[in-house]
Amino acid sequence: MTRVVQFRIYRYDPDKDQKPYMQDISVEIEPTDKKLLQALVRVKAKDDSLSFRRSCREGVCGSDAMNINGKNGLACLTDIDSLTQPIVLRPLPGLPVIRDLIVDMTQFFKQYHSITPYLVNDDPPPERERLQTPEEREELNGVYECILCACCSTSCPSFWWNPDKFVGPAGLLNAYRFIADTRDTATNQRLDDLNDPYRLFRCHTIMNCVDVCPKHLNPTKAIGKIKELMVSRAV
Amino acid sequence: MKVAKHTFDAVIVGAGGAGLRAALQLAEAGLRTAVLTKVFPTRSHTVAAQGGVAASLGNSTPDHWHWHMYDTVKGSDWLGDQDAIEFMCRKANEVVIELEHFGMPFDRTDEGKIYQRPFGGHSMNYGEAPVMRSCAAADRTGHAMLHALYQRNVRARTHFSVEWMALDLIRDSEGHVLGVTALELETGEVAIFHAKATIFATGGAGRIYHSSTNAFINTGDGLGMAARAGIPLEDMEFWQFHPTGVAGAGVLITEGVRGEGGILRNCNGERFMERYAPNLKDLASRDVVSRAMVTEINEGRGCGPNKDYVLLDITHLSPEIIMKRLPGIREIAIQFAGVDPIKEPIPVVPTCHYMMGGIPTNYKGQVVMPKDGNPNVPVPGLYAAGECACASVHGANRLGTNSLLDLLVFGKASAETAVADIKSGNLTLRELPKDAAEMSLSRIARLENQKEGEPVADVLLELQRTMQNHAGVFRFKDKLEEGVQKILAVDERVRRTAIRDHSKVWNTARMEALELENLIEVAKATMISAAARKEPRGAHVRDDCPDTPEFPNGRNDKEWLKHTLWFRDGNRLEYKPVNLEPLNPDTQPIALAKRTY
Repeated sequence: MTRVVQFRIYRYDPDKDQKPYMQDISVEIEPTDKKLLQALVRVKAKDDSLSFRRSCREGVCGSDAMNINGKNGLACLTDIDSLTQPIVLRPLPGLPVIRDLIVDMTQFFKQYHSITPYLVNDDPPPERERLQTPEEREELNGVYECILCACCSTSCPSFWWNPDKFVGPAGLLNAYRFIADTRDTATNQRLDDLNDPYRLFRCHTIMNCVDVCPKHLNPTKAIGKIKELMVSRAV
Repeated sequence: MKVAKHTFDAVIVGAGGAGLRAALQLAEAGLRTAVLTKVFPTRSHTVAAQGGVAASLGNSTPDHWHWHMYDTVKGSDWLGDQDAIEFMCRKANEVVIELEHFGMPFDRTDEGKIYQRPFGGHSMNYGEAPVMRSCAAADRTGHAMLHALYQRNVRARTHFSVEWMALDLIRDSEGHVLGVTALELETGEVAIFHAKATIFATGGAGRIYHSSTNAFINTGDGLGMAARAGIPLEDMEFWQFHPTGVAGAGVLITEGVRGEGGILRNCNGERFMERYAPNLKDLASRDVVSRAMVTEINEGRGCGPNKDYVLLDITHLSPEIIMKRLPGIREIAIQFAGVDPIKEPIPVVPTCHYMMGGIPTNYKGQVVMPKDGNPNVPVPGLYAAGECACASVHGANRLGTNSLLDLLVFGKASAETAVADIKSGNLTLRELPKDAAEMSLSRIARLENQKEGEPVADVLLELQRTMQNHAGVFRFKDKLEEGVQKILAVDERVRRTAIRDHSKVWNTARMEALELENLIEVAKATMISAAARKEPRGAHVRDDCPDTPEFPNGRNDKEWLKHTLWFRDGNRLEYKPVNLEPLNPDTQPIALAKRTY
């Protein structure tokens, strides 16, 4: 049995619209359509001008992050049945909108790129792998899985206020990923770089990031660990 | 329309594993390189690979690259080229260790080495017993790899053009490749990327099937561009159906689940793989397992109300192992199958997963095509690596974990060849033809002006259903021939699609229409090549060829031990010999034999 889903979707095409508006649209879905993304694909088949990013449809590529009934999430991992209708869809908050549900992620990636997002180890590499115990590797669990979808950073009031100065939860989670890696030799430089009233210390543990992360990661915890390391280094 | 022109030493199309590995090599060689990508690099489909990357490191069980070579040749049903396979298997340890040095967070053994797990078709001592060869980061190996490669490119200051869709290859009258045209999604502008070397790393095209593990972006863009530029596509009849896609949703469940001890069961609870592959059982190669599953379903032993799937059971594994080694799979099963695999088995069906064929290359990553009687003459200036290329290391059936290896080895090799060709002066910046952007501009203009026509989504659905129904796990002569007629009819409809969105900004309707023009080339190549190959081999299974001593498993080496080449012009087919000679004279070739597991 097909059924009908009601949507209110943020629309804005700078090529023709003076200003954004909310469009009411309903669409018939099939019983096999369980996820919001599947319903959105049906909306697009009806009105091909609706623009949104999507790719893997299984929650690992991070393309289809959007604001769903007021909360950031991935369309491909959100059950249609979990949502009250009309389903209100808006672009991720706090970033410039390019068109419809597509935001300009330049600022988000700029912060990610600012944390030296790669392993630093200038020792000559051994012939075989660098060794790491299972326990040392365990430290990276819950950190390396970030998919850079920006759900967390764009739900963070500190990031809304200072997107140019505050690294934001995603960037800080990734900063901790390298600090926690026993193969990385730049821990001190990394801590120095973050020891700044804005870059790290704008985090006020509001914890919206934890609430929205579609991968169930905990940026607040990672930020706490960075702060602990700064304190233990100082004494 | 005004067309900007950008000039580089090299342009790479695609920023998945192969593109990023190639980009790193070019950036570190100091060449001016542009990487064009439809999506931000970490959103490429390599991110969805789960189970691991093959290398005979021997961290947990004895291993040898020649055992890996044997498994790969046998897995390919002898259609793989043995020089390329030897090259890949011998390079495996080097590229995987390199990746570890780049920061890839592999799981670890108690000794602190890279963790390795068993995988389908991989064996010790030439088929004797399963081997632990798959280097893994839990069940998120592709994600860990893609991010590590992107991060290393950040370190190398690689230049990315993100959310640019490449449209067409630019070739001059002598056949030299001079770069590509591309569309910037944000602005709708078309530009020429003029370069000495062009590397295609555009990934797969699994979206030609209705049920697929592939991402929306896997639309065979590189193959469409190559075909329109007169370059043939090789072995396109060989598509891998992964045994374990989530029934209904198509989302991938890694073979690593069976590597960790998972078992496939029919409606009687029977471990049916024992009947089909007494030695490797659930870890037989993918074509064998998929065929067994469909046979079980066809003979009425499927599960569920419609008896249309089988069950993947890991309830006998400890929850700790599942949480440690397969945490992503548990999430996927809960999300897409509605079951917690700690308590209940997962409903699975064979699902289109991987394209063994592609743009023909040699083991150095140079694109090759027939010329003056030689089937393998390099196309000057063009290289390809990863799923879009056909080296051919996978032949008629790919082994799990060999795709991540393929993209590392050939991503690197293609870039090394390009660097050498540029630095030696073999490749120079040749003059652009006057009509360099003509084909792309006319494709876009057609979409702009087409008033009456079919919606893209309708034609795409027909394409996908046709492929699904006529070129699936089991293939039949009549269905294939009918499929050819149907897909040619779809081709006509693709030329008359119309879009309603005419905005310049982030026009995804236009993007999808252009992608459909690539998918149809892949679909035609597949159906026509499949209808022509009158033997079963690897993933190409025909019902009309019995197993006899002369024809093991129905395979006909006398007539069909050869690669297919499909040319878009006139849908013409040619064939070229398989290379049964390894790269080094000292290497023992893998002799033809019947394939059993």
